[in-house]
Amino acid sequence: MTDHASGPDEQPESRRDFLYLTAGLFTGAGAALALWPFIHSMNPSADVLALSTTEVDISPVEVGQSITVIWQKKPVFIRRRTAEEIEVAEQEPLADLPDPESDADRVIKPEWLVVVGVCTHLGCIPLGQKPSEVRGEWDGWFCPCHGSHYDTSGRIRKGPAPTNLPVPKYEFVDDTTLLIG
Amino acid sequence: MSAHTQPSGSSGNGLVKWIDSRLPVFTYLQKEYGEFPAPRNFNYWWNFGAILTFMLVLMIFTGIFLAMQYTPHVDLAFDSVERIMRDVNYGWLLRYMHANGATFFFIAVYIHIFRGLYYGSYKNPRELLWIFGVVILVLMMATAFMGYVLPWGQLSLWGATVITNLFSAIPLVGDAVVTWLWGGFVVDNPTLNRFFSLHFLLPFVIFGVVVLHVIALHVTGSNNPLGIDPKGPQDTIPFHPYYTAKDSFGLAIWVTLFAAVVFFAPNFFGEPENYLKANPLVTPAEIVPEWYFLPFFAILRSVDFNVWFIDAKLGGVIAMFGSILLLFVVPWLDRSKVRSARFRPIYKWFFWILILDCFLLGFVGAHSPADQVFDGVEGLLFIDLGHVGTAWYFIHFLVLLPVLGMVEKPKPLPTSIAEPVLGGGQAATGAAAKPMEKA
Ligand code: HEM
Ligand code: FES
Repeated sequence: MTDHASGPDEQPESRRDFLYLTAGLFTGAGAALALWPFIHSMNPSADVLALSTTEVDISPVEVGQSITVIWQKKPVFIRRRTAEEIEVAEQEPLADLPDPESDADRVIKPEWLVVVGVCTHLGCIPLGQKPSEVRGEWDGWFCPCHGSHYDTSGRIRKGPAPTNLPVPKYEFVDDTTLLIG
Repeated sequence: MSAHTQPSGSSGNGLVKWIDSRLPVFTYLQKEYGEFPAPRNFNYWWNFGAILTFMLVLMIFTGIFLAMQYTPHVDLAFDSVERIMRDVNYGWLLRYMHANGATFFFIAVYIHIFRGLYYGSYKNPRELLWIFGVVILVLMMATAFMGYVLPWGQLSLWGATVITNLFSAIPLVGDAVVTWLWGGFVVDNPTLNRFFSLHFLLPFVIFGVVVLHVIALHVTGSNNPLGIDPKGPQDTIPFHPYYTAKDSFGLAIWVTLFAAVVFFAPNFFGEPENYLKANPLVTPAEIVPEWYFLPFFAILRSVDFNVWFIDAKLGGVIAMFGSILLLFVVPWLDRSKVRSARFRPIYKWFFWILILDCFLLGFVGAHSPADQVFDGVEGLLFIDLGHVGTAWYFIHFLVLLPVLGMVEKPKPLPTSIAEPVLGGGQAATGAAAKPMEKA
């Protein structure tokens, strides 16, 4: 800024340039900062965030049955798997999986599979909870929206969904009660 | 008063003069809509600007009255719309005009855009005018998408879920963006609230961009079916009464068609599924968007393969948004100096093929990708048509437009607008047969 201040009449010019520049930068930065509260106001609010937990009585669920419960407004699939289903899920070579994860890493007790029932593609609810619904080629769940197939461990096997059905944080309070969240 | 120059438009009474000398609205109207010299050869495809203006005003008008009765809350929205339909005086009319108004708005805007593509209205010097037009299209799409969520039917909820989830394809920040859009972890009340707010706001933003669009139009003047510039007064006529009359006539026909649908087939363009209240636990068997989004939906789903590090999900999103954003650069993709397709023997054909392609994509978008196209014919699935249609769409804009401009030999242009209109036939052959500067 100073190097072109060759004549006395150009001196005020460069000072003015400097003032314009700094004033502009500060105004710009200030405006950007002032925008943040507006943007952030659209993020989940405290009441939405308040980590709600859901307690589920799983005693009525028979082997081979599934129930759907709501946790944080999302459906959670709880399936009491048959011995056969568990075995298939455990034997599956990880190399065959688009999103490799062993069954053991996805359950606390192998009999109970707990996953968030939201397709990881574009958010539809996969079918397969009711006996009347299709379960897809891997006998887990099938998402009708764009055809994603999930296996008995809730892992993606075929279709556009990129990842496995996520396992929520949960614990067994006792043998028949599950606490999700 | 005497000190002010008398504007041409203020021939009226004293009050008009008094206002006009302080705020020259009458002069402006007279200049831009009265005397405004328009090419004398407009055909009916030039009616759609007026029709679109009418539709925008109609949407804002019906929307404001709907908003007086509508409740933006997940527990109440669906019932409030049913109440509008059953209990509010003429509520059914307001809603049917608004819902079908969106359909007619899009029919008009698509015709208007293809008109521009056929007659080369996007070319120098009208690039910015065209860009404002594409901005309007994008805003209309956003507005209609959010409007469709408001009645909170099954397709409202699940359409919103699927479309907002598209943003999760953005690398790294995708999930944060989606949560931000939703204001929660699913599409829920915060989402409905903000969509209502924005659905109310955006039409007024559109209105503002329309004003810019029209100002830009009045700087360059209108294009015309021949695509050559008017050379003098013999080539133009004053907008009023000639085109005010022609526009009114076209508008009357348009409104008749609109009324026919509103009164006799109000649910023709709708989906029965959306008369079911939104259920966050049950996804409908098929999620189809409104018809005006179908071609883009088809493009989204046709990218079902990975390209390098871009997975199918992100690829589909890029292709879909790309297919719209592409329109912004059409003035620079098309290298031909000749505007009107009338004088572009090859482009003309590809124009019609593009129209067919868009219909094909619309057809594909309405069907499940894995379904067979013909019951008897094994092997041909909708996804295959989708691949072809999507590829062609991009080839048209990215390959054909630039290449045609270089290889196509345009037909000779008429020397002036007045000449073919007034039947001075023979001079036409005299015009340049070499690649020409527009007349
Ligand atoms: C560019 C202009 C507009 C477009 C394209 C548009 C589009 C739509 C669409 C497609 C719907 C869903 C109709 C249905 O299936 O029920 C809708 C609903 C609605 N719109 Fe608009 N709209 C526009 C302007 C406005 C304005 C300016 C307002 C308010 C000031 C408004 C207020 C509403 C309300 C309250 C609803 C919910 C009631 C209903 O579903 O019928 N709209 N809009
Ligand atoms: S949302 Fe499940 S496959 Fe697309």
